[in-house]
Amino acid sequence: MPEPMLKLEGLEAWYGESHVLHGVGLEVREGEVVTLLGRNGAGKTTTLRAIMGLVPRRQGSIRFEGRELIGARSDAIARAGIAYCPEERGIFASLNVTENLFLPPVIRAGGMTVPEIHALFPNLKERARSPGAKLSGGEQQMLAIGRILRTGARLLLLDEPSEGLAPVIVQQIGRTIRELKARGFTVLLVEQNFRFAQTVADRHYVMEHGRVVEMVANADLAAAMDRLHEYLGV
Amino acid sequence: MDMIFGVPAPLLFGQLVLGLINGAFYAMLSLGLAVIFGLLNIINFTHGAQFMMGAFVAWMLLTYLGIGYWWALLIAPVVVGLSGIVIERLFISRLYKLDHLYGLLLTFGLGLIIEGTFRNLYGSSGLPYRIPPELTGAWDLGFMFLPVYRGWVVIVALLVCLATWLVIEKTPLGATLRAATENAALVQAFGINVPRLVTLTYGAGVGLAALAGVLAAPIYSVNPQMGANFIITVFAVVVIGGMGSILGSIVTGFVLGVVEGLTRVFYPELSSTVVFIIMAIVLLTRPAGLFGRA
Repeated sequence: MPEPMLKLEGLEAWYGESHVLHGVGLEVREGEVVTLLGRNGAGKTTTLRAIMGLVPRRQGSIRFEGRELIGARSDAIARAGIAYCPEERGIFASLNVTENLFLPPVIRAGGMTVPEIHALFPNLKERARSPGAKLSGGEQQMLAIGRILRTGARLLLLDEPSEGLAPVIVQQIGRTIRELKARGFTVLLVEQNFRFAQTVADRHYVMEHGRVVEMVANADLAAAMDRLHEYLGV
Repeated sequence: MDMIFGVPAPLLFGQLVLGLINGAFYAMLSLGLAVIFGLLNIINFTHGAQFMMGAFVAWMLLTYLGIGYWWALLIAPVVVGLSGIVIERLFISRLYKLDHLYGLLLTFGLGLIIEGTFRNLYGSSGLPYRIPPELTGAWDLGFMFLPVYRGWVVIVALLVCLATWLVIEKTPLGATLRAATENAALVQAFGINVPRLVTLTYGAGVGLAALAGVLAAPIYSVNPQMGANFIITVFAVVVIGGMGSILGSIVTGFVLGVVEGLTRVFYPELSSTVVFIIMAIVLLTRPAGLFGRA
């Protein structure tokens, strides 16, 4: 079996004095959609931020396409081929939609073209000149995902793309993620919305107290439901 | 003699032009400060010294190498900008994680050291720098004579400000700068080398100060104090315009220069304080500045 696209081993991370991740281990294979489930504070967002090099202190191993990234700076990590869509979406208020869309540099060939992104999210085309500050939550989310599809990165880290959005928008985001999978993107997705996660993912990792405590294939989800309810408190 | 508002017209227009000239320097200097503050979160108190260095480099180019004004306009900003890059890499870059106050103290101290060094080497009486022959003489505007060089300074300052504004507001580089001002960590996580962007931005802001220094050399005598005289007022301009606001610093710079000039005509006693009175009023009513985002 080939080496997974992304492999975390013993990943630990700290914010100042507080030790947030206590040895996270997981794998994402090329073309998969994998979710990180867990309660608030379980370490899901920190795991993504640690992969991106956005936590002040981390140790362990982050191997991406055979390269060790634990010591790399966040710009080098992005250039290795990982793109990040943060929980707060990170739309730049003083940039318009087009400027936001073109902000992340193309790091390798094979990214989507702007017409393809507009086809995926027609709103972004209509609002091309609007300042980022004036977008609705759903539009912000579309822009936050859309702008990382241009870059040619093959692994997308999406932090709670469904959070705080109307059901119809959540469905659109879900269709988008399935479409991205069909186009060969690999996705690591943080979710609290269990039902949403099961409509898009191949596998789920459950996190608790800064560790991965369980891995469930989407097909086995029904059987594992009781345990998951306990972990997630839903 | 024509009178306007009970004031002889030539006096009024003369002070208006003087105000515009000062305003041009306020605008260029506060623009550099705004660009630097936006991205580095550092209030660059070395700015006055770097303005002075621009004038001195122009003087040195002429005196030691025979290189004249036109080349100095190009070379001095590059040389002083490079010195700024060295300062940023060696000193300022160590302070980004600390409180504003450290950057303020460091750049203030560096400014004093630079000014002291130049005073030690060249004295404080001032060195002459002649107006280039192409820009001597005066235009007869009908209502007054405008020295060509002064008109030139105002035009160049306007063009430089406009160009800087265009780069920041209308180009991809400017979009990256604005984004990094909002959230540098995320911009870096998109694969942009933000530390290098920060270094180059500091160099560019410093180069802008040096360019203003070259423009100032033929008007004011080249002396180690020339920046310090300006910079206090420029900081007031920055506060009034709004910290980090590009358009704010340009508009406020020119307007306050003119306000100062007019005050010199109508109530001379107030002319050296008027900017600070305006600053106090703005701070009391709009603490983020006229163009600032709270």
